[in-house]
Amino acid sequence: MKFKTRLSLDVAFKYIFKITGLLVLAALGGILAMLVYNSFSFFLDVKPLDFITGLEWNPTGKTPKYGMLPLILSTTLVTFGAMVIAIPLGIGTAAFIAEYASPKLKNILKPVIEMLAAVPSVVIGFLGIVLVGPGIADLASLPNGLNALNGAILLAVMALPTIITVAEDAIHAVPKTYKEASYGVGATKWQTLCRVVIPAAAPGIIAAVMLGVGRAIGETMTVLMATGNASLLPEGMFDSVKTMTATIAIEMGEVPYQTTHYFALYAIATVLFFMTLIANLVGEFFINRFRKYHAA
Amino acid sequence: MKTKLSAENLEISFGTKEVLKKINVSFNEHEITALIGPSGCGKSTLLRSFNRMHDLSPDAKITGLLKLENLDLYDRAIPVTEIRKRIGMVFQKANPFPKSIYENIAYGLKINNLPHGKEVIEKALREAFLWDEVKNDLKMPATRLSGGQQQRLCIARAVALRPEVILMDEPCSALDPVSTLKIEELISHLKEKYTIVIVTHNMQQAQRIADKTVFMYLGEVKEEGETSQIFNAPKNEMTLNYINGNFG
Ligand SMILES: Nc1ncnc2c1ncn2[C@@H]1O[C@H](COP(=O)(O)OP(=O)(O)O)[C@@H](O)[C@H]1O
Ligand SMILES: [Mg+2]
Repeated sequence: MKFKTRLSLDVAFKYIFKITGLLVLAALGGILAMLVYNSFSFFLDVKPLDFITGLEWNPTGKTPKYGMLPLILSTTLVTFGAMVIAIPLGIGTAAFIAEYASPKLKNILKPVIEMLAAVPSVVIGFLGIVLVGPGIADLASLPNGLNALNGAILLAVMALPTIITVAEDAIHAVPKTYKEASYGVGATKWQTLCRVVIPAAAPGIIAAVMLGVGRAIGETMTVLMATGNASLLPEGMFDSVKTMTATIAIEMGEVPYQTTHYFALYAIATVLFFMTLIANLVGEFFINRFRKYHAA
Repeated sequence: MKTKLSAENLEISFGTKEVLKKINVSFNEHEITALIGPSGCGKSTLLRSFNRMHDLSPDAKITGLLKLENLDLYDRAIPVTEIRKRIGMVFQKANPFPKSIYENIAYGLKINNLPHGKEVIEKALREAFLWDEVKNDLKMPATRLSGGQQQRLCIARAVALRPEVILMDEPCSALDPVSTLKIEELISHLKEKYTIVIVTHNMQQAQRIADKTVFMYLGEVKEEGETSQIFNAPKNEMTLNYINGNFG
């Protein structure tokens, strides 16, 4: 190719990549703008504080109620439950893979865990209906198992691959010299893992957990299928719950266009957007600290 | 002089790679012995065999007899943690834990269920000539210390456990001349209480601090003896070439 054509190709690609980059930014900005714009229409009818703190969600009643606290609590309950299960399991598995597993076992475990991340959420939800739910109902003698606990277990399964993969990277990245120093003063492998390796990997592990939280908050199909979707204020893990994501997914299809109820769903989405954003920012913050610490 | 640490017919290989061949060497109590030789000749490998650091490499194969006085270091009945408590190590690159100065010393004591009160920490830091520089900053992250201070902290960490032997693998190779002299002074002082084996690439350093010197080449001990004899009247031609800087 002639030098001139090569040069102009170079310039052309520079612009093509710039445009694709800007398109992504524009799409993101557009989504946020749309959410906020429609939420404003809603807040003309309902005060933001009443919306956030209202105890009843019943937009189709005679006097519609737009209190989203039950939805926030549902999402929080399911996410929190999922993390209580996924954090110890995830960190334990990550530590096992990084420090104890033989290279052979590692080569089996890592791809299997990554495959788990590829299972579609509708399949996990299905398992919740036919397997985990009935199991919970049996064990706790409930009429059915479609409740917060069911959702939490399924979300834990879904968050685990992310948590394990990122935490394993963090543990693996702990400098060998720290471990040698610890063994050098007579520490056992277990003492070294608990007192040196995991604290040194803590920023990365926290980032892993936050990414898992983000995954759990945003998940829709699984919780929609598995938690029973009762929009009452939940009192415990055995109550049926209706998360923010499930509410939007269920009601968006039936709601009359541009009514208060329609705009209310946008307002929920905006709150959800900011909840996920915060989870991601916290995760990002710790990831950066982790990088800084490794450069030092 | 009493022999503190010894290796008999020691051979080490990693996978198919033979690194040490028929090593016979011994180190006297309360002496400093320098291990010298070109890079890759197996000095670190020899040093690390005494506190069983090779236990961490699955492909390491070790034969021969290593002893701390009369104790067989590879006797299965003796926990490796006990051996590492009695044979301390200072590494090439200072590697304090990402914890406070205080915790860096306290860690090994806690691990071994030894008292770790302030007096014990102070004593170890004093012994490593570090106390006066850090006594007001014990809570500070150890990584904020200078390179030389970090290495003295690592020495304090080893000393705190009251080991019998301290192994040092090029402890000054990453340090400036002033810090290096300070650590040499410290090492010379420590031999009153401990037996010290130190790997060094610095010929002047070996002559300044070592009582005995061992010259290694391609996985074998070529010559050993009094430091002054090795440097002034080497018997082996290769030793002569090496100390004159003709290869290395
Ligand atoms: N864990 C290991 N696995 C494989 N080879 C090793 C290992 N440790 C050391 N070696 C090899 O052994 C030889 C001697 O290394 P080393 O003892 O570090 O030399 P020195 O400290 O004298 O520079 C080198 O060729 C090195 O590559
Ligand atoms: Mg070396």
